[in-house]
This record gives sequence, structure tokens and C-alpha cells, in this order.
Amino acid sequence: MFGDIFNAQFVASSIRVAIPLALAGLGGVFSERSGVINIGLEGMILSGAFAAVAVTNFTQNPWAGVLGAILVGILLGLIHAITCITFKANQIVSGVAINLFSSGITVFFSWLLFGETQIMVKSNLPIWGLPLPDIGEGSTFVRNIIVMFAHHSPLVYLTIVIFILAHLIIYKTPFGLRLRSVGEYPQAADTMGVNIIKMRYIAVMTSGALAGLAGSFLSLEQAHFFVKEMSGGRGFIALAAMIFGKWTPLGTAGAALLFGFGEALAMRLQGVLAIPVQFIHMVPYLLAIFVLVSAIGRATPMAAVGIPYEKEIG
Amino acid sequence: MKINKKFDYFVILEKITPLIAVIFALLVGAIVIMLIGEDPVFVYKTLFSNAIGNRDGWGNVLFRATPLIFTGLTVAFAFRCGLFNIGGEGQMYIGTFLATWVGFTFTNLPAFILIPLCILTAAAGGALWAAVPGILKAKTGVHEVIVTIMMNWIAASLTFFLVLKFKAPPTEAMIEAGVKQMIPHTSEIAQAARLPRLYSIFKFLNIDFPAYNQVNVSFFIAIGVAILAYYILWKTNLGYEIRAVGYSPLAAEYGGISVAKNIILAMVISGAFAGLVGTNEIMGFKYRWRQELFTGLGFNGIAVALLGKNHPLGVVLAAILFGILNYGGAIVNIYTAGRIPRELIMVLQAVIVIFVVISDEVVKRLIRQRRKIL
Repeated sequence: MFGDIFNAQFVASSIRVAIPLALAGLGGVFSERSGVINIGLEGMILSGAFAAVAVTNFTQNPWAGVLGAILVGILLGLIHAITCITFKANQIVSGVAINLFSSGITVFFSWLLFGETQIMVKSNLPIWGLPLPDIGEGSTFVRNIIVMFAHHSPLVYLTIVIFILAHLIIYKTPFGLRLRSVGEYPQAADTMGVNIIKMRYIAVMTSGALAGLAGSFLSLEQAHFFVKEMSGGRGFIALAAMIFGKWTPLGTAGAALLFGFGEALAMRLQGVLAIPVQFIHMVPYLLAIFVLVSAIGRATPMAAVGIPYEKEIG
Repeated sequence: MKINKKFDYFVILEKITPLIAVIFALLVGAIVIMLIGEDPVFVYKTLFSNAIGNRDGWGNVLFRATPLIFTGLTVAFAFRCGLFNIGGEGQMYIGTFLATWVGFTFTNLPAFILIPLCILTAAAGGALWAAVPGILKAKTGVHEVIVTIMMNWIAASLTFFLVLKFKAPPTEAMIEAGVKQMIPHTSEIAQAARLPRLYSIFKFLNIDFPAYNQVNVSFFIAIGVAILAYYILWKTNLGYEIRAVGYSPLAAEYGGISVAKNIILAMVISGAFAGLVGTNEIMGFKYRWRQELFTGLGFNGIAVALLGKNHPLGVVLAAILFGILNYGGAIVNIYTAGRIPRELIMVLQAVIVIFVVISDEVVKRLIRQRRKIL
């Protein structure tokens, strides 16, 4: 039974489940590093998922769908940025409004454009990597390696590249240093000549782009359809991954993989194990709360997160 | 003197920002409707005349407003203590499920015991679920927003587990047809646990009212809770302390008020309000728990509280407005044969929220500038 569950297919599906969580979580990292809370990730994923399917079906080109999802994500990020950076409105409220907006607008357009709330994808992305040898042909080990790491959607490889880039940008470039300083102590960053408003706009829109990309993976690659409310809390699990990963790209990736592993496990264990799957579903949320309150290895958010920047104090 | 008059003008403006936001959102809606190629005047006329033009419409509006009053008060009450309780959804789940459980378990109790017991259980369940983020905030300083979000999803999984555990046995019709429950649900609660619909009261008073209308006594509970929230906040020591912590935790602490105690109490009371949603959804309407992923009531409560300026009266009015939009939107959907999807209303509600927070901030800034000039 053990071998039936923990095989190469399982690792591959864990990775696939983790991709949207990781991408959206990285979006959260960018946004919160700059000092802006983004509760709207959930809605951005949902809108991205819809845009990806809609554009794909109209153009017959899934790459255009991915691009559409990213653009929609950026647009929602822009709305979030205008509301909370320029108008300095409450960031949580703005995020909640974006989620509400996305739930409404996606179904609204599904009805208008397609006349139904479940839309099948008409054209799929190719699979990149090495060709999969038939079972029995060649060594099982090589086949397993290919199944796990070299036979995926292009977006999987793209995600890995994005994470490496994000790590380098945040920790090895002047831009990253500015980004981090803006979230911790904007007054000091401002004195050093960093444009707080510009940095936060870039960060929040990047966050939207990543959440949109996460949505496109969800609808084009995981489900092959769009259905209303299909994001199903992934935006919030992404936030949990971000916290569990302590606001670092690599930590977030690790947390997303862990949650993806749990989710894939829950899918396989349905009815097999004594633990009800519902308890496995709770794990990401429990872990996020746990690292926030635990005495050892506690996760502390950015000092200036959630506070709009005021140039003059008093 | 001239400046003073203008100053007053802005203070009035601050009070009516929700109104401005609603008008603005309706205008946005009108543009969207025009873009689809429909007539906005006709759509809005259909929406409002059906929702508030007759008793049946009003009943439907109040039925939809009732849970929003509870969840709106949830957000507003916590906000008065400086807390952002966006866990209304989860608190509602737990309170509602527990009330349902009491309702279908203690079936041999008489109504005058079972109804209050169910109501109290609903409130207690919500309070319990809200106590966790409250205690964590008070003891470790963890932001309540993150914890309440996570608790929402834990509640969803927990109730899913429980509903499978207490699944209703298949009915004879289902066995005959060989089908299973599509959406897992529990058995119905006892007759004695059900709240009467307003129809029965109207019938008693000889007022014409359709029997199928779902508005029930829970609406009066909601109004009662709104009054209670007002009373606690502005007429009791506890309310004074809660508001003091909301204004300035440091000043409150200096004045001898325990910040930790008030944070926990505010969350507990706030959560109890959310749990009471069960009085409408279960005791007055569905009579059983059905596992559906989030109804959105908890999140809409945030919009209602904002629109109502975190005041109980404002919350009630905002909830009724949302009731009008929700019911009217559904009617418009039917009248236009789906050409105006009812989800337009959700979009409008989101637009209202964004406009309220933006116009609030803009007006606040204008007032501050004016004060500086003075």
C-alpha cells in the first residue's frame, strides 16, 4: 500500500498542486515585503483562472490565455494599489472587496460570454521535457525521474525560474534591498531617496501578476476548465505558505510544496486511512497559526506592513 | 466665519460618504448595464419596485437582510475595539452547526426550552470560535486578521467532517431512486426548534401576506441584537472600555483598562453575533445543515459594517440595502431571462466597498487639511 501511494506519480502531482500555491504565495511575499497586505490573492487567482480560459478559448492559444491571466492579475493589483497606496484606504477592506468583485465578475462574464458557469478549455499547453518511456522499457529509475521532474507543463519550469529570480532580486539586488526597507522602515528608506509609492506599486502589481499566473495554471493545467469559485481558498493557503515560509521566496516554495504534498496525500488517502481527509485540509491553516504564535522560530511580519505611508508625521 | 461654515460642510460630508458611494456604484452599474445593451432605467425600476414595492418583496428583502445584520454587527462590534474580525464566516459555521446539532438531537424538549437552547448554542459556538483569535491577539500579539482567515477554513473543514458524521439517513424516495445526497446534510431539526415565519403572525393579525415568504422571527432577533450591541457599546462600562481600547490601547492601559481582557471580550461578543446567523438560516429557513462552501455572508458583513459606519443602526440600514440589491438582482435576472446576471449585484457591492473606503479617506484628509489651516 505504501508503494502504491508514494510513487513518482505522487511526487509529480504534489508538485502540480503546489504550483498555484507557490506562485500566489510569492505574490504575497512581494506585496507584504513592500508593506502592503494582500488578502485579495484569492480573487486575483480566480480572475486569472477565468481570464486564462476565456482568452484561450477565444484565441485558441493557451499562451495568450496565460498572458491574459497575468494582465488581469496586474489590473487587480493596480486597483488594490490605487485604493491602499494612493488613497491610503484600509488594505484588508480593499482585499476583501477584490475577492468579492472577482467572485461576481467571473460568473457575470461566464454567463454573458459563454452562457454557463463551467467552461471547458479548448486548447491545452504542450508538455515540455523528456519523452516518457513506456512502462517496462528502459530502467524504472530513469522513468520515475522523468515523471517527477522532466515531464511537466511549461508553467512548472517557469515557476522554478521565477522563484530563483525572485530570490536573487529580493536578496541580491539594490531593488530588493529597497523593497525590504520599504516594508520595514519606510521613513528611513524615504530619507535615502527611495520612492516609497513607486516601490509599493511595483510590488503590489507584481503580486497581482503572480496570482494571475497561479490562476492560469489552476484552470488551464490542473482542472482544464473554469468553474465559479474554483480558487477554493488557494489564495488563503498561499498566504499561509507565505507566513510559514517567513516571507522568503524559498521558504514560501518549501511551504507550498509541503501543502501540495498534504493535498495530494489527502486526495489519495480518501477512504483509505483512519484520519478523515478534512483534518489533512486543516493542516496548512493550523501550521500558519502555529508559527505565528510559537515561541521558537516565530514568524514575525514586516514592521510597516498594513500601514499606509505618510510623508510627514503629525 | 466663512471658513467655519465650509468646515461644517465637510463634517456632514464625512457622515454621508456611504450614500455617495452607493450612488456612485449604482452609476457604475448603469454603465455596465448600458454596455450589455440593456436599459438601466428599466433594470433599476424592476429591481426596486419588486424589492420594496409590495409586502412580499419587503419580506424577501428582510429575510436576506437578517443574516447580514448579524455578520455586519460582528465586524462593527470588533472594529469598535480596533479589531478586524474577518472570521465571521467561520464563527457562523461553528455556531450554526452546533445549533443544528442541538436542534436534531434533543428532539423531545418542548419549544420554550429548545428554541432558547438552540439560540444560545449558536451564539456560544460563534463566541468560542472567535475566542481563539482574541486570546492569541491578547496573549501573543498575533494579528487577528490572519488568525481569523485561517480559522474560517478550519471551520469549513471541521463542519464538513461533522456533517459526514451526522449525515441524515437516506429518505425512502432516495433509496428507491438509488441516489445519494448530492450535498451532504444533516437531519432536520425538531419542529419545536423552528422559529415561526412572519406569515403566521401576519395571519393572526389578519394582514395579507404570502405563506411561502421565508422572512421569520429571526429578523426580530437581529434587531434585538443590534439594540443590544448599541446598549453594550454606549451604555455600559464594558462598552466604554472596549471603545477606549479601540481609540488608543496605550491610553486605555494607562487609564487602568485591561487591553487583553477587552480584546478577548470584544472578539467573543462579536463571534456570538456571527453564530446567531444560524437562527435565520437553520431555525427559520433550511431546518438542516447543508455543507456548502462559504456563503459569503461573513465577508459581506464587512461591507455592511463599513457602509453602516460601524454603528448598529447603520449596520441595520446597510443590511437592508444589501437585501434590496440581492433580492432585486435575483428578480432582474429572471425578468431579463438571464441577460443581466445576478452576479452584477456582487460586483456593485464590491464597488460600493471600494468607494466607501476611498471617499472616507479623502474626506478625512480634507478635514485634516482644513483643521491645519484653521
